[in-house]
Formats: sequence, C-alpha cells, structure tokens
Amino acid sequence: MTAALTLYRTTIGKKAVMAITGFIGYGFVILHMIGNLKIFEGAEGFNEYAHFLRTVGYPLVPERGLLWTMRIILLASVILHVVAAIQLTRLDWASRPRGYRETRRKQATFASLTLRWGGLAIFLFIVYHLAHLTFGLGIPNFGGHETAYQNVVAGFSNPINVVIYIAAVGALGMHLYHGVWSMFQTLGLNGPRTDGLWRGLATVSGILLFLGFSTVPIAVITGIVR
Amino acid sequence: MNLTLHVWRQKNAQSEGRFVTYQAKNIIPDMSFLEMLDVVNQELILKGEEPIAFEHDCREGICGSCGMVINGYPHGGHRGTTTCQLHMRHFKDGDVITIEPWRARAFPVLKDLIVDRSAFDRIIQAGGFISANTGVAQDANTVLVPKQNAEAAMDAAACIGCGACVAACPNASAMLFTAAKITHLGLLPQGQPERYTRVVRMVEQMDREGFGGCTNIGECSAACPKEIPLSVIARMNRDLLVAKLKGVN
Repeated sequence: MTAALTLYRTTIGKKAVMAITGFIGYGFVILHMIGNLKIFEGAEGFNEYAHFLRTVGYPLVPERGLLWTMRIILLASVILHVVAAIQLTRLDWASRPRGYRETRRKQATFASLTLRWGGLAIFLFIVYHLAHLTFGLGIPNFGGHETAYQNVVAGFSNPINVVIYIAAVGALGMHLYHGVWSMFQTLGLNGPRTDGLWRGLATVSGILLFLGFSTVPIAVITGIVR
Repeated sequence: MNLTLHVWRQKNAQSEGRFVTYQAKNIIPDMSFLEMLDVVNQELILKGEEPIAFEHDCREGICGSCGMVINGYPHGGHRGTTTCQLHMRHFKDGDVITIEPWRARAFPVLKDLIVDRSAFDRIIQAGGFISANTGVAQDANTVLVPKQNAEAAMDAAACIGCGACVAACPNASAMLFTAAKITHLGLLPQGQPERYTRVVRMVEQMDREGFGGCTNIGECSAACPKEIPLSVIARMNRDLLVAKLKGVN
C-alpha cells in the first residue's frame, strides 16, 4: 500500500494509472463498437442485445449485476484517468514558465500534441452521449433499453447529433492513435522489438474504431437503418 | 556569408532578458556554430560591449557543455549533432537565426545562453553508488555480459547530459536523461545490487527538480545529439513499477 502511494506521488506512477485506466476504457470502446454494429441485425436483434447486457451472468450473479460492476469500474476509471491527467497537465505546464520565441517539432504528431484536448472533448462527449441515448434527452417517445433500436434511429435522425457524434469518435480515434501505443510505453511493456507492433495496433485501433462507430449514425441518416 | 542573429541576452539570473539583434559578417562555411559566435564576440569586445555568454568545452561533441536552441531546434536540429559540431555550411548568406537558451523551470538562465544544469547532477547524485568488491580484481572474463545488453548499455551511456531532451520536450521533462542513466547501469551486472533503489531515488529527484512528465511525444529522442532511443524511458518505467511491486520506497 505504501508502495502504491509512493508510486502515485511520482509522475511515472500517475502515468501508470492513466495507462491502466486507459486500457480499461480501450477495452470498453471495442466492446461498445461491436455492440453498436448489431444495429444491422435489425430492431429485434439490437434490442435483444440491450436486454442481454442486463441479464448476462444471471443467475450466477444478480440480474444487472455484471452491468453495474462494469459501470462502476468504468466510472472509477474515468475519474482516475481525468484526475491523473489534470495533475500531470498542471506539472507539465509549470515546468516551462517562459517559452521559446521559436519552436519547431520533428517527432510530434497532431494526435500526440492534442492528446489532452482530445481527452477533454471525449469527456464532454460522454456527458452529452449519456444524456442523449441513455437518459433520452431530446428523443421523443424514449423507451429506455426496451426500445434501444428506436432510440438510436430517433436520436440520429437529427443531423446535428450525427455531426457531434462523428466529430467525437474522430477525437477518440486520434486519442487512441497516440494513447494505445503510449499505454505500453508507459507500463514499460515496450522495447525496440515491440515498438512497431504497438504503433501498428494503435493505428489500426484508431482507424477501425472511428470507422466502426461512425457507421451507425451514417447508416441512420442515410436511411439504411430506419 | 553574412547573417542576422536574434540572440537572447540576459545579464544574470535575476534580471529580465531580451532579444538583441547582431550582424555576423564574413562567416566562413567551414566554421562551427560556436566559431561563428566567437567571431561575433570578437567584434563586440572590440566595440567595448559585453560578449555573448555561452557554455562550451571540448568542441568535439562529447562533453555536453554547449547547447542552445537554434531556430526552434535544440542544437540546430541536425541528426546526432551538438551545437559545436553544427557547421555554418548548413546556413546560407542572408539567413536570420534565432538563438535562445534551454527553457525549463529546472534550468534557470544564469547569463545569456548559459543555463544552470545542476538539476542533472543532483539526479545523478540521487542514483548513489554501485557495490564493488574490494581486494584483488577478478578476471574480467568471468563476468558475462550478453552482447545485446552491452550494446544497449553503451548506447544509453553515450548520454552527455547536455539537456537537449529537456529543451525539446513540450513538458520540459527530464525522462530521457534519467532513463539513459538508469538503463546504462541497469543493463550491466555491476549495476544489479542497487538497480531498484536507484530507479526509485533518481525518479524522486527528477520530479523534485520540477521537470514535467512524459507524454510520449518523442521530441527528446529526436533532439538528442547521441540519439538515445525512447525505449530507455519504457525501461525506466518498467524498473520503477517493478521496484514498487517489490516494495522499494
């Protein structure tokens, strides 16, 4: 316990917390995307999947037991990820009180330099996204998980929601393009032999998750899913 | 060739600095960047002005003394090159060059282009000692070092402590420097007894000095005149996490 606390006091410890909580988030978005794509099975298939998420594990665990376990883990991860990010950002910003007149970069990418802003965008999106599709803000005849399919169709019939959604998953793709590789680097699971592998995984993850998530609102607005 | 220089001038650590413009005349392309500044300084001395203060020692790229941000790049941005080994042939007649000191809270400017890099010395000090047996030295061949470890340790040990990594990092982080030191001892048998206490102490000291954290951007490694790879940082992270799992405080 002392070791965990003294570890967290270091910048590397805070980064390790970001990496582990980021990994949990990464796993979640992959499952979330796979779930979303069930929209193409039609209303019955999609709503059945929404129902499955509530009953999975039953009767071994109480109904919704696994769902709530996952929700608590995810909420804790988001909180820890954000708190560590704020603490690290404050340290980083304090480390150079006077900047350069001229700065050029050789290695930095748009994704790596905007990581924290992309993170902020994703955080704001999560709040909006929960209000929109979990609590039904702005969706007429919102029926909770019973009508998950109909909620999605109604939610994305408004082009503004589609634009916000695609911009947000774009930010997610960029975040993962740098973040997934960083995760392994930060946890010390990277070396000269694995570097290409993790870079590749990060690139593929960023692109596939962006495409996978964008497919659903595009399918709704173009009338493929209705 | 003739050049226009915008140089950061600052009288001492307490005073406010500013950029001053100088003309560097009749510069020969074979000169090093520091020799170009020597020419400018000679002229300033003849005019009775204070010469531009910059740190230098070996002038052959191995001591780590020299270092300035040239046109936004530490050491001028040529691969594996220190400021003293940067030659004027990389510039052309009429160029305008901005010269700034390293910028970091942990590296306060002492005068003009000279910064105080004692923070690095304190990180090294925090690393402490390595245990060595007294008595007769054993035959060197009895200590086996795998070839790849010897190579990687040597690559890390090439760090000259110039501070370009800190200067280039958007967070002014000293992770590449600290990681290079941890890697070069941690990979060799002589460094094993204190391996985990060393990483804990050095990281603690690094944080205490007010350097920022690592966001894995990689500017440090790109700016490093010794081309120390980013993989040393992963190794330092791993050693610190293992140390904490072992309960080293």
